[in-house]
Amino acid sequence: MAKKPVQFRLNGSEKAVFVDEGQNLLDVLRRGVGDLTPKYGCGQGTCGTCTVLIDGEPHLSCLTLAETIDGRQVSTTAGLARGSELHPLQAAFMDGFAAQCGYCTPGMLMAASALLERNPDPSREDIVEAISGNICRCTGYEPIINAILAAAKAGGARRYG
Amino acid sequence: MAIHRGRGFASINYPIGMNLGGDPSQALVHSNPGGKFMVALSSIDLGQGMKSVTRQIAAETLGVPVEDVYVDTADSDTGPHCMGSFASRGTHRVGNAVIQAAQEARSVMLEAAAEELEVDPADLVTDGKGNIHVKGAPSKSITTAEACGAAQFKQGRTVSGRGIFLIPLSEVDADTGEMTPVSCFAHAALIVDVDVDDETGEIDVIQMNSAYELGRALNPRLVEQQLVGGAWMGMSHAAWETTEPYYPERSHGPLDFNTYLMPGPGDIAPHNIAILERPAPDGPFGGKGPGEMCANPVLPAMVNAVFNAVGVRIDELPITPEKVLRGIRANGGAQPQGRRG
Repeated sequence: MAKKPVQFRLNGSEKAVFVDEGQNLLDVLRRGVGDLTPKYGCGQGTCGTCTVLIDGEPHLSCLTLAETIDGRQVSTTAGLARGSELHPLQAAFMDGFAAQCGYCTPGMLMAASALLERNPDPSREDIVEAISGNICRCTGYEPIINAILAAAKAGGARRYG
Repeated sequence: MAIHRGRGFASINYPIGMNLGGDPSQALVHSNPGGKFMVALSSIDLGQGMKSVTRQIAAETLGVPVEDVYVDTADSDTGPHCMGSFASRGTHRVGNAVIQAAQEARSVMLEAAAEELEVDPADLVTDGKGNIHVKGAPSKSITTAEACGAAQFKQGRTVSGRGIFLIPLSEVDADTGEMTPVSCFAHAALIVDVDVDDETGEIDVIQMNSAYELGRALNPRLVEQQLVGGAWMGMSHAAWETTEPYYPERSHGPLDFNTYLMPGPGDIAPHNIAILERPAPDGPFGGKGPGEMCANPVLPAMVNAVFNAVGVRIDELPITPEKVLRGIRANGGAQPQGRRG
């Protein structure tokens, strides 16, 4: 199978990889460049845990063809913290017990960070809408919604990457 | 066509663990030479907080800061045997095993400290901040790290302990069938308000109010979180989730998250929880555990709420709109039951 060279920025650093035709972005992130923060959940775009930002917009990396990200910016949970300083969303998730098993958390964080970037003062309804593509099986969503509200209050809209 | 508000109630008397073969769990605790403690378990943390709670229990029993304790779970190659994380048994069974193991490790740590300080180990106390000192004489002290280091580099002791929780198998009385299947019970009561649309058969959960008695809440934030999440699972089982929806063909059933339904973030309702603490005599620091009981009362309460709202008695879960509409039709229309009290 023919390989294609793809260059993109991942959380601000330049990456150059050869991808297979039809290979998805999640696979390139996890196996190609070793960023294990986006998770493989359903593999068909229904659970949301593989959510990453492409040029600031949330996308399901399991359904994104890797060759389409050439020249674009990809952001993952690995890029949220600055050194040991957690992103306001990460801090709010910790303080608010917004994770139990944690498998949905990276997707929730990326969906929420995209929301706060475009709407620094979201309503509860805005948050529900923003995470409606992300399934959580443990928390009952309430702590996640509350954590995102708390992060917004704490100035969670912080540009990065 | 109208929306009917209904209220349902359910209470629960829930057994912690089981007694089919002793229900054992084991724990091993040891310190490294720097005075940090490792708790080895095969018990599994599914996100409910097993690691946090066993860490607290070990630290409290050892008399060391919680930061000095690490918990390693879920590897049955390296951890001692555990029956598993089920039957709401984790905090109670594993917690008791951790206490026993930590007590043994603590006694070795105190013996090592006593040898260094040239005092009787029975006269030593820990301050929970990393120091061991003679009772009433705080200046005669040694750090837990120094004691653990001396044990392992000077005295030739392992600062370690073994723990197991096992209850004797309860024999069944041949005449009465009586036995004691469990060691303690937790309790809860839950009220749920729902709106039922008599045109579509759809249910909206409006709010939940609950009271849980689960011994001492060893980590109150985790308990509350487990109860909030568990109630969502109960809601989901009550009115959404099924692998066998009513369709003519099995192949029409749900195969993925597009067709296997669960409540989303827009379907949840406020849930007010009161936690009543009544420490269990045989529980670790009085703890029993929320466990499965988080979800269980929600199901009958929702069924009762639907009956209260439209007079339809659902006897097979989940409460799908189709079942609600068939029931309303069979009754010749919605029959709100009114409220008592």
